[in-house]
Amino acid sequence: MTHTLGRPDFDLIAAWIQPGHRVLDLGCGDGTLLKHLIDTRGVQGWGVEIEDANILAAIRNGINVIQGNLEKGLDEFADQAFDHVVLSRTLQTVRHTEGILREMLRVGREAVVSFPNFAYWKNLRSVLDGRMPVSEDLPYQWYDSPNVRFFTLLDFEDLCNRMGLVIRERSVLDEEGNPVTDEVNFLGSLAVYRLTQNR
Amino acid sequence: MPGQSVGVVESQRAHFDQALHLRSGGILPAYDLVYETYGTLNAAKSNAILVCHALSGHHHIAGHYADQPDNIGWWDNIVGPGRPLDTDRYFIVGLNNLGGCHGSTGPSSLNPATGKPWGAAFPIVAVNDWVHAQARLADRLGIDSWAAVMGGSLGGMQALRWSITFPERVRNAIVIAAAPKLSAQNIAFNDVARQAILTDPDFHGGDYYAYDTRPVRGLRLARMLGHITYLSDDQMGEKFGRELRNSAFSFGFDVEFEIESYLRYQGDKFAGYFDANTYLLMTKALDYFDPSREDDGNLNATMARTQANFLIASFTTDWRFTPARSKEIVAALLANGRNVSYAEIDLNFGHDSFLMEDAHYHGVVDAFLRNIKL
Repeated sequence: MTHTLGRPDFDLIAAWIQPGHRVLDLGCGDGTLLKHLIDTRGVQGWGVEIEDANILAAIRNGINVIQGNLEKGLDEFADQAFDHVVLSRTLQTVRHTEGILREMLRVGREAVVSFPNFAYWKNLRSVLDGRMPVSEDLPYQWYDSPNVRFFTLLDFEDLCNRMGLVIRERSVLDEEGNPVTDEVNFLGSLAVYRLTQNR
Repeated sequence: MPGQSVGVVESQRAHFDQALHLRSGGILPAYDLVYETYGTLNAAKSNAILVCHALSGHHHIAGHYADQPDNIGWWDNIVGPGRPLDTDRYFIVGLNNLGGCHGSTGPSSLNPATGKPWGAAFPIVAVNDWVHAQARLADRLGIDSWAAVMGGSLGGMQALRWSITFPERVRNAIVIAAAPKLSAQNIAFNDVARQAILTDPDFHGGDYYAYDTRPVRGLRLARMLGHITYLSDDQMGEKFGRELRNSAFSFGFDVEFEIESYLRYQGDKFAGYFDANTYLLMTKALDYFDPSREDDGNLNATMARTQANFLIASFTTDWRFTPARSKEIVAALLANGRNVSYAEIDLNFGHDSFLMEDAHYHGVVDAFLRNIKL
C-alpha cells in the first residue's frame, strides 16, 4: 500500500477534511501536511511550530506558519476560528495533554489527533524483552525521544470520555499503514481520531 | 556575508507640487522626497519593494556613494544580488520621510512662504501621512502595487499602515520588530527624550536655526536614552559589564564605566548630524500611531481591511516592542483569515536585532520573498 508522502495518517486526515475548510496544523513541521491539504483539498491552512528550522522550511514551502509553543496554549487564535485543528503525531510530546485538547476544540470545530499506540504488540514485546520500543511510529531511542507522555488507545479514549469529548471517528493503522479493525489496542501502531465537544 | 553589495548608488529627488493635507490638520503646499532605488523595475512593474525607515533612518538603505565609500546604507546587509532583497529580482525603493533631515522636506528645509527654515512651523506628520506621500512617489515611479512593503520598528508600522490604507497596492507586507500601537512605557520614554530637547536652552522653541545654534545637549541625551532601549540587558552586560576605562574608581562624575563612554559616544555622534526637530516629529509619529483608533480600538476590524500576505517577525530580546506586541498583529490577522507567518527570532541584540545579519533571520525574510509571484 502506498501512502501520500510516506505518511499513512495524512491520507486519513485528508479524507476527513472538506475542500475550502480552514485548517490549523499544530506542530506542522515543514508544512508537508498543510501543503498536501492545500494542493489536494483546496483548504486554507495555518501551522504552528516551535522549531526555527521548521519555521524556515514551512515559509520556504509557502505555508502560513506561526511560531509558538503548544504548551502555552493558542492565545493568538480566536474561538472557533477553524473547521479542523490537526495534531499529528505530536500529542505524546505535549506535557499539558488536557490543556492542548481543550484549546484545540476552543479554536476549532473539530480536532483531528493522531498518535503512536504504546500498547501495540511489538512495543509490548519489546518491553517484555527488556527494551524500550523503537518502531516506524516510535522512531526514537529512549534518550533522544521528544515523547513525554506514553499512552494507549484505551487510555486516550478514557481521557476523552472524562473530558466530555465525543469521538466522531477512529482509524487505526498497523506499522505498514494498513487499516486495523480487530483488537485495535493490540494490533494498532498508530491511531487517528476525530473529536468534537460534547453537545 | 552571502550575496553582494549593490555597490555604488545615487540618490534622487522628486518634487511634488500637489498639497499634502496632514492628519494634524497641517498642510504642506509642496515638498521634496529624496529616494534611492536599487535593481531594475520590470516591464510589468510588479517587482517593486518599498523599504520604510525607522526613527533615525533615511533613503540610503544600501550600497555607498562613489565619492563616499565609507557611507554605507543602514540596511546594506539585506539588500543586493543574492541577498534577501535580491536586486537581481526586485526593484528596491527607499526614501527619506517627510519631516526628516536627510534631504526630504522637513523642519530644517526652507519654508517657501518665509524663505527661512520651517523650524517650529513644520506641521506634525503622522505615519499615515508618510504612507500617502510614499504613494505619490509610487505613482511617480509608475508602481501601482508593491510586491512588498517592509520595515523594522517605525518602518514596520509604515508597512502595516500601507496594508490598511492602500490594501490593493500592497501584495505582501513584512512587519519586523513593530507593534500595533505604542504602550504607555514606550510613550514615556519618547516624552523624556522630547523633554531633553525641548528644555535645552539652545532649542529656542524649535527655531534654533535662526540663532545659528542647535540643541545638541538635549538631542544627545535623547539619543542616549533611546539607545538604552534599543539594546538588551544581556547584550549590554556581555559587551560592557562593569568594565572601567581605567582600572580604579575615580570617585567623580567623569566617564568611568565603559557603558558611559559608549553611550556618550553614540549620543555625540548622533547629535552631530541629526536634527532635533526631526527627532521630535519622529517620536510623535510613533506615539500617535494606532490604526485601530479608526475602529474604536478594535484592531480586528482594522485588519479586516487588509488584503496582503504578511510576514511578522519579532526578536526574543526586544523589550521595546516585545514579541507579544507583534503577536497582537498576528492575532488580528488570523482573526480575519489572512495569510500570515510569524517568526520569533532568538537574537541577542534587543530592538536593534532587526538591523543585524543573522542566517536564520535573513533566511526567513529570503524564503518569504522568494515565494512572491511577480
